[in-house]
Amino acid sequence: MPRETAVDFAIDRVQVLAPDGSVDEELDPDLPEDRLLGLYRTMKLSRRLDERAIALQRRGELGTYAPAIGQEAAQVGSAGALSESDWMVTSFRETPAYLTRGTPPHVLLWYAMGMEEGAAVPRETRNMPPSVPVGSQALHAAGLGWAQEIRDEDAATIGYFGDGATSEGDVYEALNLAGVYSSHAVFFCQNNQYAISVPREKQTKAETLAQKAISAGIEGVQVDGNDVLGTYAVTRDALESARGGDPVLVEALTYRRSLHTTADDPSVYRLEEEEAEWEARDPIERFEAYLRDRGALSDERIAEIEASIEDELAEEIERAKEGAQRIDPADMFEYVYATAPPELERQRADFGGESDGE
Amino acid sequence: MSTEARPGAGTPGTETMTVREAIRAALREEMERDDRVFLMGEDVATFGGVFDVSDGLLDEFGDERIRDTPISEAGFTGAGVGAAATGSRPVIEIMFSDFLGVPMEQIMNQMAKMRYMFGGKTDMPVTVRTTEGGGMGAASQHSGTVHTWFAHFPGLLAVTPGTPAAAKGLLKSAIRSDDPVFFFENKMIYEQEGDVPTDPDFTIPLGEAHVEREGDDVTVVATQRLVGESLSAADELDGEVSVEVIDLRSLYPLDTDTLVESVEKTGRLVVADESPLSYGVHAEVMARINDRAFFSLDAPMQRVGVPDTHIPFSPALEAEVLPDADDVRAAVENVT
Repeated sequence: MPRETAVDFAIDRVQVLAPDGSVDEELDPDLPEDRLLGLYRTMKLSRRLDERAIALQRRGELGTYAPAIGQEAAQVGSAGALSESDWMVTSFRETPAYLTRGTPPHVLLWYAMGMEEGAAVPRETRNMPPSVPVGSQALHAAGLGWAQEIRDEDAATIGYFGDGATSEGDVYEALNLAGVYSSHAVFFCQNNQYAISVPREKQTKAETLAQKAISAGIEGVQVDGNDVLGTYAVTRDALESARGGDPVLVEALTYRRSLHTTADDPSVYRLEEEEAEWEARDPIERFEAYLRDRGALSDERIAEIEASIEDELAEEIERAKEGAQRIDPADMFEYVYATAPPELERQRADFGGESDGE
Repeated sequence: MSTEARPGAGTPGTETMTVREAIRAALREEMERDDRVFLMGEDVATFGGVFDVSDGLLDEFGDERIRDTPISEAGFTGAGVGAAATGSRPVIEIMFSDFLGVPMEQIMNQMAKMRYMFGGKTDMPVTVRTTEGGGMGAASQHSGTVHTWFAHFPGLLAVTPGTPAAAKGLLKSAIRSDDPVFFFENKMIYEQEGDVPTDPDFTIPLGEAHVEREGDDVTVVATQRLVGESLSAADELDGEVSVEVIDLRSLYPLDTDTLVESVEKTGRLVVADESPLSYGVHAEVMARINDRAFFSLDAPMQRVGVPDTHIPFSPALEAEVLPDADDVRAAVENVT
């Protein structure tokens, strides 16, 4: 038997709104203007919240914080395509996605302040709290999507992770499980080019991360992650496919313009020229230019939006700080177990006494 | 010689260095001594490690011996097991010990059992360096102290240095060991300074505790950050209670002789370790004293640790949960 091609694969790349402002008419999701302005405001709100949060962390008012600056289009576009009945499973850099889903800034700040109120799972919102260990949560998305298939729900689950996570076994297992069980999962990989300090080309020899879907037998697609219309359109289609039992891996090409976390210093591992290159491809500026072109935004309107964001954040940060006053050290004994074992009860009783010891 | 060289304060043949510098010096010396030694892990090369421990080593040794890996703990730990089984001496860095669950199959079923199951026909000279401990506002999944698991598991060795000298000497012994050694670095003491021998042949044997301060009334056996905290408590109590402070240094093997000798003198024992109180290092030390020095005890043995909780993210709660000099002092006062 001769050697012949057994199967052939290809990975598509999608861009709707190009950096030069041109729009692919065929792929344009044709969102009404108020939706477009809503996406724009959320992107701006997220950028500003990240800036304020970094400053708060520097003053000791927040714990470690992971800003999403530069990734707003990837997240606001994809989360914007979710319906209320869909679930969202996040990593630790999904401020824009939460804001898109309606989570108020003070709740996100509570998370970074170590308040359990910031990490609750309000079932009505169908958002899981942030997951920090890299890649673990992809399996939760596969499982939630599996449940949606078993229950025959007309809903899907989006699972966020980054390029770094695609080197973890958990992500391969998530893709494979999702495929074999017809999970309603959309895996949304934000390829922001760095796993802390390790650049994308040193993480995998694969030409794209989207092609990691091929080994699991599911669809993989690349999208310009700094194009909010593109991420919206691609995710909308992927969710539709997933609701029918065909999971999808989306790779959004973007760039982490800021820090890995507030414990990081990117100048050690990347060049200013590269940062400048991506600054020129900033997702908010691209979308803003597009909205100006179509007459939806003016200098005056932008100033109004910025002022309203400042007001909102001032109020939200105040609210977050007030909430943080309520912390009681004995809270650390809560939530370790549903029913605290006697040992832990004794430790709680001793706490505030003379010693941590028994 | 470390580039940060400062002559040791009064002790010939030493220089003053931080725990971070001591670990880096041990890595450097062992890599110079044996070209089978290499370091592999996430962000260890270009970035120099997230705690700067391996900073500069990439330039000195090149990217074949200081290797950045993808985020694949199971992958590079397993590769390290394979390398160790076939003649290399890898040092694996797991950025936070909380991530040790990811490569656990490679650790518990391969690294720990290969020699045994292969009838002693293979060595397993792998060192796993990892960070432990709270205090940085890094939340529950980056703040745990898990060394008990590894000290408990047959086939593995585990060390927990509390001073720069111990860090250097134990890491060198770990790298030279033909058995797998887990080297637990408390991330709050990287800046702690002390005198460290500069002789490249200086090592500290695995399984030796060290009396850091002599005393007559109470023995405090401590690990990692709590060694320094216990020394502070001993200073505060000076004049009232004479406290002997021992850096346990090695969890397995555990130097029972040094502990027994001390308790036979003092009659009182406090064990201070940042792991959760139940089933911890505390219990093992107390069991050994119970076996060998029970009749020397004048008071119930005390333990200082973290309650059976995770480390909270909230800075206010985290500060409360972590044991410190005050807690050691309170435990000493309980029995004197």
